[in-house]
Amino acid sequence: MNPVNYLYLAALLFAIGASGVLIRRNVIVLFMCIELMLNACNLALVTFSRMHGNLDGQIVAFFTMVVAAAEVVVGLAIIVSLFRSRHSASVDDASLMKL
Amino acid sequence: MENLIALLVAAPLLGAAVLLCGGRRLDRAGHWLGTVLAAASFVVGVVLFADMLGKGAEDRALHQHLFSWIPVEGFQADIAFQLDQLSMTFVLLITGVGTLIHIYSIGYMEHDERRRRFFGYLNLFLAAMLILVIADNYLLLYVGWEGVGLASYLLIGFWQHKPSAASAAKKAFLVNRVGDMGLSIAIMLMFTTFGTFAFGPVLESTGETSEGKLTAIGLMLLLAACGKSAQVPLQSWLGDAMEGPTPVSALIHAATMVTAGVYLIVRSGAIFNGAPDAQLVVAIVGAVTLIFGAIVGCAKDDIKKALAGSTMSQIGYMILAAGLGPIGYIFAIMHLVTHGFFKAGLFLGAGSVMHGMNDEVDMRKYGGLRKYMPVTFITFGLGYLAIIGFPGLSGFFSKDKIIEAAFAKGGTEGWILGSVALLGAAITAFYMTRVMLMTFFGEKRWQPDAEGHEPHPHESPKSMTIPMIVLAVGSVFAGGFFAIGDRFVNWLEPVTGYEHGHSPLSVATVTGATVVALVIGVGIAWAMYGRKPVPVLAPRGSLLTRAARRDLLQDDFNHVVLVRGGEHLTRSLVYVDHSLVDGVVNGTAASVGGLSGRLRKLQNGYARSYAVSMFGGAAVVIAATLLMRAV
Amino acid sequence: MSFPLLTATAALPAIGAIVTAAVPAAQRTVAKWVALFFSLGTLVLAGVVFARFEPGGDRYQLTESRAWIADFGVRYELGVDGIGVALIGLTALLIPFVIAAGWHDADPLETKSSRWRPTQGFFALILMVEAMVVLSFLATDVFLFYILFEAMLIPMYFLIGGFGDRAHAGSDENAAKQRSYAAVKFLLYNLAGGLIMLAAVIGLYVVAGTFSLSEIVEARANGTLEMATSTERWLFLGFFFAFAIKAPLWPLHTWLPNAMGEATAPVAVLITAIVDKVGTFAMLRFCLGLFPEASKWATPVVIALALVSIVYGALLAVGQRDIKRLIAYASISHFGFIILGIFAMTSQGQSGATLYMVNHGISTAALLLVAGFLITRRGSRLIADYGGVQKVAPVLAGTFLIGGLATLSLPGLAPFVSEFLVLVGTFSAYPVAGIIATSGIVLAAIYVLVLYQRTMTGPVNEAVRTMPDLKARELVVAVPLIALLLFLGVFPKPLTEVVNPAVEHTMSDVQKKDPQPEVEAAK
Repeated sequence: MNPVNYLYLAALLFAIGASGVLIRRNVIVLFMCIELMLNACNLALVTFSRMHGNLDGQIVAFFTMVVAAAEVVVGLAIIVSLFRSRHSASVDDASLMKL
Repeated sequence: MENLIALLVAAPLLGAAVLLCGGRRLDRAGHWLGTVLAAASFVVGVVLFADMLGKGAEDRALHQHLFSWIPVEGFQADIAFQLDQLSMTFVLLITGVGTLIHIYSIGYMEHDERRRRFFGYLNLFLAAMLILVIADNYLLLYVGWEGVGLASYLLIGFWQHKPSAASAAKKAFLVNRVGDMGLSIAIMLMFTTFGTFAFGPVLESTGETSEGKLTAIGLMLLLAACGKSAQVPLQSWLGDAMEGPTPVSALIHAATMVTAGVYLIVRSGAIFNGAPDAQLVVAIVGAVTLIFGAIVGCAKDDIKKALAGSTMSQIGYMILAAGLGPIGYIFAIMHLVTHGFFKAGLFLGAGSVMHGMNDEVDMRKYGGLRKYMPVTFITFGLGYLAIIGFPGLSGFFSKDKIIEAAFAKGGTEGWILGSVALLGAAITAFYMTRVMLMTFFGEKRWQPDAEGHEPHPHESPKSMTIPMIVLAVGSVFAGGFFAIGDRFVNWLEPVTGYEHGHSPLSVATVTGATVVALVIGVGIAWAMYGRKPVPVLAPRGSLLTRAARRDLLQDDFNHVVLVRGGEHLTRSLVYVDHSLVDGVVNGTAASVGGLSGRLRKLQNGYARSYAVSMFGGAAVVIAATLLMRAV
Repeated sequence: MSFPLLTATAALPAIGAIVTAAVPAAQRTVAKWVALFFSLGTLVLAGVVFARFEPGGDRYQLTESRAWIADFGVRYELGVDGIGVALIGLTALLIPFVIAAGWHDADPLETKSSRWRPTQGFFALILMVEAMVVLSFLATDVFLFYILFEAMLIPMYFLIGGFGDRAHAGSDENAAKQRSYAAVKFLLYNLAGGLIMLAAVIGLYVVAGTFSLSEIVEARANGTLEMATSTERWLFLGFFFAFAIKAPLWPLHTWLPNAMGEATAPVAVLITAIVDKVGTFAMLRFCLGLFPEASKWATPVVIALALVSIVYGALLAVGQRDIKRLIAYASISHFGFIILGIFAMTSQGQSGATLYMVNHGISTAALLLVAGFLITRRGSRLIADYGGVQKVAPVLAGTFLIGGLATLSLPGLAPFVSEFLVLVGTFSAYPVAGIIATSGIVLAAIYVLVLYQRTMTGPVNEAVRTMPDLKARELVVAVPLIALLLFLGVFPKPLTEVVNPAVEHTMSDVQKKDPQPEVEAAK
């Protein structure tokens, strides 16, 4: 099968994730969309690795997974504490990050 | 002998330093110290003079080099003195009259609590004036030149608590500074032309440069002389300078400092000889001032201001003579010396009158004082006869010579200058007779002063009358002594050069005309002020009289054009600096601030809007990369 | 290796700053004496430098050189030439007077807490500034100079913003606002200049491959370092802009009146008499030394700006109502003279400009410090609040007058010598510029005498009736400065001797010869 198709899939997944980030308000959903974008990138990286015949892309994919895991840990912690203080899971309620 | 020259300056300089830094401890003896040091300087002058007389005319000039002042590549300025016959004449005049006036001031300033300081300033003046006349280069002369300006500033404003005195002092300094600007430009021109500004090299090599350069230097020197000697157009300060104590007016603003301009021009004779145009301008300035000062002198009711007008006019004579070239230089100096005697005497007499009249200066409130102040009357009278040129007295000889020399200038100029000088003699006779009549003759017109004290005119103490007597003797005999046998001409000729002028009129004609002018002037004054009583309140007077009372509107002109104009200029510049120059910078700051205020709105705190901008940015970067690759 | 005298001279005040800052909060008087002691020690070391300096010897003497940031060829290179010697002398001389004059300026009004120690901070900052200024006069490495040029802004910022003049009109809050405005303005102006200079410093390194001043000058002189005309001009402009802000030259001057008006008098002296001299000094050493061709190219514009500064500064001084702002504008006029002398590129002009830096430092210090004593007594900077002081405090008025006379360059006082040299030097190369500059002497007389008349003469103002005359401490400040003005006015030879050879070097850098007088040229 033509590996380019995987790239199309990755792009599609990334677009879904990105639009999810922009459209949805619920923090958890938003968070999942980010994971989706990360995984779309992983898919693209692995595909490139295959296309070019070396392991560089796969190595980077592992890094991405590690970063994603770390991000999940920190991100969920933030979400939980946010929910505790605001009793809401909507991102738009937390708009204090400004001057 | 030459090592004594520095002593001339050192003595009064020491006095000034001690008196001004010494503090209250010296209050009781300060005036004696000042007087003794002035006299010491006079004694040194006399010793040097005696030594000079013993030598041949050619090697009389002494020279003393103290040290190199400003040694810079291509630029040599030395502290060095030169004492030749011209300087010697001035040294004797300055220290002699100066000592007399120190003595006079002991009595005059007796009740002033700041007398010590007054003597300190007087000594400072003597030192600066001596530096001025014995410097051997123009830069050191400039030091003395500004030094006397400073002393004059301090002494005019001696009674600083009076706002009028403070502003008169400031005015004198400022007007003089305009003249000083001329002197510094002249020195700079000398430097670029001759590479030096020592008298010797500059005056010897005037032949090697163009007439244009010499004319420029000459005109700049004239500007300097106009400032210091109160010549038109920089004369306005002299009348106001009468705010100072009277001994100051006698010493600085009559006998010595104001004649520095004449010294400068005569000293720079070689430059003016090479620049006939500049020389003519000098003569014209002198002639204009001669009439200007005389007219002002006619209208003033303040005795000191009337005398100030007269001083201006007499210095006009000297400048006129100096503008005639070698036929006039010596007579300018001769008139300067005789004028030093009689004008100082007149001022001291005026001071004596004021001393007896509760410091009243308005002549309309004098009258009939001859009985109450006999010594003052006689000495003042002799000074009066001398200044109007009464035959046989000092002024007669020196003024007559100038009028002769003016006619001898030749051509139309000669006729015009000569006639102006004659006219001036008539006006001099008029205004001096007026002063004399209003002060000493007629009826008593005394008025109680502001605090209600009736004046009790009395003769002044000895310390004041003795200097007046000495000066009166000088005013009577000095002229004759100088003129007979051409003593003065022979004395100065090696320094200034001399040419005998050939007047189109015979000597007898000129003398006759002078005497006629004198009689006319005295006659008119007698008719106006002697025959009928003088009103206590000044009559309105003609347009000319009213203008003359206001110094021929010079001050009004200055006020409107310079003072007001200057105020507007500085005020608008302050505005420009604040709103334009600073405004541009502040404006830049404000617009950066405004811009960041707008940009701040983008940071609205919504995570999703940040996400949009991230995606947007990424999209732009990708698009740009693709585009670049495509191109 | 011999004793590093130059480093010691710069390090002593820095050590003094640390020691002063470490004095316990309650021991304020000790801190003052410590600061004074270190500043006097620096003066002694500066005197040793002056004595060891041989006027006829090498261009840079007592040199020191150590590797510093080897990767970029930055070296810790020190050396002193005649101009540097004169200016170090000036700095070391003035600082003790600044400290003595500001003795009570930083006493806390109320004890806020036991750790509140403004006095220590004030004197430590002054010594810090001294250390940096001295080192910047010594640095012969462009990068080292740049760092010092910028670093001295930090203590200056705190001195201006943190220790304002207590004599102000209006409320405390308003005064604090004014002060912080002035301090920020000072900082921003100078940082802007410094930033552009940094670009030029880096550019210079790219072109020349070294930061060493002497190496670059030498390479340019013997032709091994070619610089394209446009490159040279851009680099010159980068340096000149920074120095023109510091100096300050019209129209980059507006920070100075604010800073001098709001700072205490001693700090104002520090700004105008010492720190600003770094700007003019650097023009002479770096602009003319590194970029001679570009300097000549820029001369007409610079001279025009200097003339504008002279006349404009003096006219604005006439229009001021605030004593310290008046002196600030007078200083702008004087800096115009200094820059004029530097760029006239004649021996007399440059010697005059160097002497001018020293003499202006002393005369402004005298005038400003006495003005400071006056202002402290009355609690107001406005001229209109005075009148008749001469009657109640004659010594104060007398010293003020002498300071003023020095400012208007009266012959016999030191500034006359330098001003006349600058005028002559300018006149021989650019007659018209010389004549315009000469008008400055009339304007100077106006602002000085008007100031004196309004404050010191006339009827006694009610508010000054009980004003005490100068006290012993204040006399100790005023009298030596006046004595020095008199001495250098009559006998400037000790200074001209060290300055002349340095000026000859600069003249050969820019390959200029003095115009010859007409008559001698004919012979």
